[in-house]
Amino acid sequence: MLPSTAMAETRNLSVTLRVFLKTYRWRKIDPVPMTRLAKPLSECRVALVSSAGFVVPGDAPFRDSVRGGDYSYRVIPADTDVQALEEYHRSDSFSHEGVDEDRNMGLPLDRLHELAAAGVISSVAPRHVSLMGSITAPGRLVERTLPEVGVLLISDKVDVALMVPV
Amino acid sequence: MQTVGLAQAEIEKRGIPTASITMLPDITRKIRPPRALAVPYPLGFPLGEANNPVLQTEILLTLMALLERDDVPVLEEFRVKG
Repeated sequence: MLPSTAMAETRNLSVTLRVFLKTYRWRKIDPVPMTRLAKPLSECRVALVSSAGFVVPGDAPFRDSVRGGDYSYRVIPADTDVQALEEYHRSDSFSHEGVDEDRNMGLPLDRLHELAAAGVISSVAPRHVSLMGSITAPGRLVERTLPEVGVLLISDKVDVALMVPV
Repeated sequence: MQTVGLAQAEIEKRGIPTASITMLPDITRKIRPPRALAVPYPLGFPLGEANNPVLQTEILLTLMALLERDDVPVLEEFRVKG
């Protein structure tokens, strides 16, 4: 049974969240960057970037106390047991039931390994990136964290990045 | 959607093609990441359903198909196969 057959329309959300979504000044990406896919997917190394707030057991947790949102990131190695990941996303604006039950809901690493085994993609990148979502003040995320994430993916010779918010 | 969208823009800018999932297409339309797939599931359920590898894989394949597009920003809707 699917949790809902309807798009998560704003009218289904809490009043507080609806007001936030309506009044928050979203960052508009302008100009929109575009990089062409240089080769077939079957020759591509693929990385995942998730904002589910996942952390490999033993790594430092994301912190609720950072004003405007924790802008740090964690690396999730490809050989991680995805179901063992710890979730630190504390937002009550969404149901955590899905990721609680199956971590692939926020970081579909098992699916990616299957796609590589099936030859749909060439390989799973050695490192994947975990961010904390619901960052209301994204300045430090954009200025400090994301350039580091870009360098990490480039140094791993990643061809494609798939992005998963929660 | 914003955190992922901003990360997406930075990665794409550095020469790696990207595609993202979204559960809030109206917000994604404002943020304008290069390529996004709107899924008909609530916040917290980007891959549709827990422990449903068939559906999760279908979503990922549809998402990866968007990588062929260069008419950014792209925002497509995911439809479950009948």
